[in-house]
Amino acid sequence: MTAPLLDVRDLSVEFPLRRQRLQALDGISFSLEAGEVLGFVGESGAGKSLTGAAIMGLLEPPGRITAGTIALQGRRIEDDAASVRGGEIGMIFQDPLTSLNPLRTVGDQLVETIQLHLGLSGEAAEARAIELLEEVGIDPERRSAFPHEFSGGMRQRIVIALALAPEPKLIIADEPTTALDVSIQAQVLALLRRLCKERGAAVILITHDMGVIAETTDRVAVLYAGRLVEEGPTADVIAAPRHPYTAGLMASTPNLDAVSVDTVLPQIPGSMPGLTALPSGCRFHPRCGDAMAECARIAPEFADGVACHKYSAVGSMKGKGASNGG
Amino acid sequence: MADRPYLDVTGLSRHFDISDPFLARVVSGGRKRVLTAVDDVSFSIAKGQTYALVGESGSGKSTIARMIVGLERPDSGRILIDGQTAFDEAGGQAQDDHLRQKLQMVFQSPYSSLNPRWRVGDILMEPIKAFGLISERGAQRRRVDELLEQVGLSSPDAARFPHEFSGGQRQRISIARALASNPQFIVCDEPTSALDVSVQAQVLNLLKQLQRDLQLTYLFISHDMAVVRVMAHRIGVLKDGRLVEENEAGKLIESPQQPYTRMLMESTPRFAGGVG
Amino acid sequence: MDRPDTSPPTMMQRILASDFVFDFTRAPLAMLAAAVVLFLFIIAILAPLVAPTNPFDPASLNLMNGFTPPMTPNMFTGQSFVMGTDDQGRDLLSAIIYGLRVSLFVGVMSVLLAMGIGVSLGLVAGYVGGWLDNLIMRIADIQLTFPSILIAMLIFGVLRGIIPPDLRDEMAIFVLIAAIGLSEWVPFARTVRATTLVEKEKEYVQAARLIGLRRGQIMWRHILPNVIGPVLVIATITLALAIIAEATLSFLGVGAPPTEPSLGTLIRIGQDYLFSGEWWILAFPAVTLLALALSVNLLGDWLKDTLNPRLK
Repeated sequence: MTAPLLDVRDLSVEFPLRRQRLQALDGISFSLEAGEVLGFVGESGAGKSLTGAAIMGLLEPPGRITAGTIALQGRRIEDDAASVRGGEIGMIFQDPLTSLNPLRTVGDQLVETIQLHLGLSGEAAEARAIELLEEVGIDPERRSAFPHEFSGGMRQRIVIALALAPEPKLIIADEPTTALDVSIQAQVLALLRRLCKERGAAVILITHDMGVIAETTDRVAVLYAGRLVEEGPTADVIAAPRHPYTAGLMASTPNLDAVSVDTVLPQIPGSMPGLTALPSGCRFHPRCGDAMAECARIAPEFADGVACHKYSAVGSMKGKGASNGG
Repeated sequence: MADRPYLDVTGLSRHFDISDPFLARVVSGGRKRVLTAVDDVSFSIAKGQTYALVGESGSGKSTIARMIVGLERPDSGRILIDGQTAFDEAGGQAQDDHLRQKLQMVFQSPYSSLNPRWRVGDILMEPIKAFGLISERGAQRRRVDELLEQVGLSSPDAARFPHEFSGGQRQRISIARALASNPQFIVCDEPTSALDVSVQAQVLNLLKQLQRDLQLTYLFISHDMAVVRVMAHRIGVLKDGRLVEENEAGKLIESPQQPYTRMLMESTPRFAGGVG
Repeated sequence: MDRPDTSPPTMMQRILASDFVFDFTRAPLAMLAAAVVLFLFIIAILAPLVAPTNPFDPASLNLMNGFTPPMTPNMFTGQSFVMGTDDQGRDLLSAIIYGLRVSLFVGVMSVLLAMGIGVSLGLVAGYVGGWLDNLIMRIADIQLTFPSILIAMLIFGVLRGIIPPDLRDEMAIFVLIAAIGLSEWVPFARTVRATTLVEKEKEYVQAARLIGLRRGQIMWRHILPNVIGPVLVIATITLALAIIAEATLSFLGVGAPPTEPSLGTLIRIGQDYLFSGEWWILAFPAVTLLALALSVNLLGDWLKDTLNPRLK
């Protein structure tokens, strides 16, 4: 086929601070096909939200892209994200109120977005807005209500309708359900997934929750301290995580079906390093049970879906037989 | 002695007045409105065990926790801690130092639960001094070192400020502070919900290990069924301030009786990997 | 592996490594302002050592030296003065140095008084709340509706009325401090109350309540250290206001007595001679006051921007 829907190559983002420059993202590469749901998972500070912000051109100054390319259907957008923001690429944030104007009715906001991006007449836009509200499970009769009159879950549904209104090719959802109760979280995620599949829109879902990844995404990218450590089809990664960090992350997540009060959870020792004190070589090596001498010296290349010396030529001598345990 | 429950809560209720201010009510002709945050909740915890209250936001679980430790006053009901009355309707709140010393809390946010202007050593020293547990300075310092080691930190950390630590380490400091008064009972209010997953397991394991070593009794508040399953001997499910179901943990998870409990469990994201 | 393996930094290392020091060394205007303020403070403190003469010692005055222009030998005595002399032959440079001393003393003391009152009331209003909060903040609101110089004059007048006449000149400086201090406490109280309202909801305060600490202990030991940042900013800005207020009161003749002239008193004296050609008697004290107030203000503005990154 032609170029993928979204192609990100060697994306690096830097934050110049008072005394030093922090490299918040280091050479992230991935691509995304139409209709695909890609999950970004990692701890806070790993760079998952920054990746989304960089694509949207929403990096907070003084943060800036220092290297790499971002291409939407073959067209470079890294210097001109404003042209696609809100149109070709939609955004859903953790707090629905950041995307909604508190002073205007939900219907008005939808109609305006539709008119702006699709160029429909007033009546056609109104009809389209009613359709969208129905699709996200909100009674169209309530379109004259204001955002504060809805519950958190309902608001996030409205935000989804707003994001879908310009018929975008890609939606970036940054922790869209973190602020919601678990019972509502599942519904909202299922809705987002279904609507995007129907429209052939791709989704980048940013979350810290492996469970959400497992239940919602087609492919998953695992970030650690600003680098991509593993990427692949979600089913494969969940069934057989290859990077020790992914394996450790999954093992340490309590699983309702498999634990009891007598369980001692497997744990990854230590915590993710801050960007001011990154270790040499592989950034995970101080916490890694499988670390070899090379890991402290040489940063592993990302190849074949994983960045780990266990699978590269450097570590092939000793690494092949190593277990996946965390 | 094992027969008497360590914590015994009966008929606990709490209402919040959410009506408009008096003058605004008079002008608009509005009425007084009352939100029932906790409605007739009763449960008990055996010594050395963990009881988990699980529920969604607004279920009243944090209000119950705060009433038990005395940060908030119940409207009605009775709280018995280790046989001593902490609250009843007739006598009101009866928190004395003797009771306070047995009772501690680990809070949700590792960021706002430590005074940013205090060194870690001073934070841990405060309960020791407040209860007059150790008076000699050298012994106080040795106790601080011991506490730090108990939670997996080390004695030089006493001279640092909270902002020099990661979220997980701060939660360890918070736990160390809770341990400083030699309590028997600790209320853990969502202690890991602000932490990253890879750190959550460390903190949960630490809490369990401390329970074994120090025979602690826990009330564990959480919204996460899977976390509760790891921690609790008994589980109570809260909805809109009422206890809808309560059982021994294994039984509750295997055969939930209430549709609400089943719904909570079904909507907990899970994956076919992980431990076990 | 979970913790940094170096030993904790010392207090000095912390200070030198702080963003505050880093920003300061890259703000030339703030550094200049700080240098001016520091210079004036040192001169004021060391006045008896650095001033050429003691302007309050009648023995050192020679009426013949009156109205000597700056850097010009006096036609009768042949003496020369850097900044000239006033009507009584007092060396203006010395008078300014001693006047600076009075101005800074009154300024600093009245800020400390305002800070003490404002911080205490703000803490109590914010932490205790209820009718006490209402009472304190309504008084503050009422006081804010009047210009603070008017309030200072009112307090000055009332206090002078209370004090026996023979003590008035002796007590004048302290009456001045009380008047300015009492007229400037409101901004402290408002800021501290607002910060206290935020801090008291934080979990570290609840942890302190759990171990049975009393309100006073929580306010003093836990909340106060966390509200001190904004208080320092207001203190600096209020210092500039207090210095100006003192000068205004003294200029109006209700401040420092002529026996202990402040910069304001000197300006009032000099004003009489402005149109008769003796410009220096007014100009030098006025420039000194301007330099002092401006520098303190610049420093306060910079502090506000630096300690309050949300405003940037």
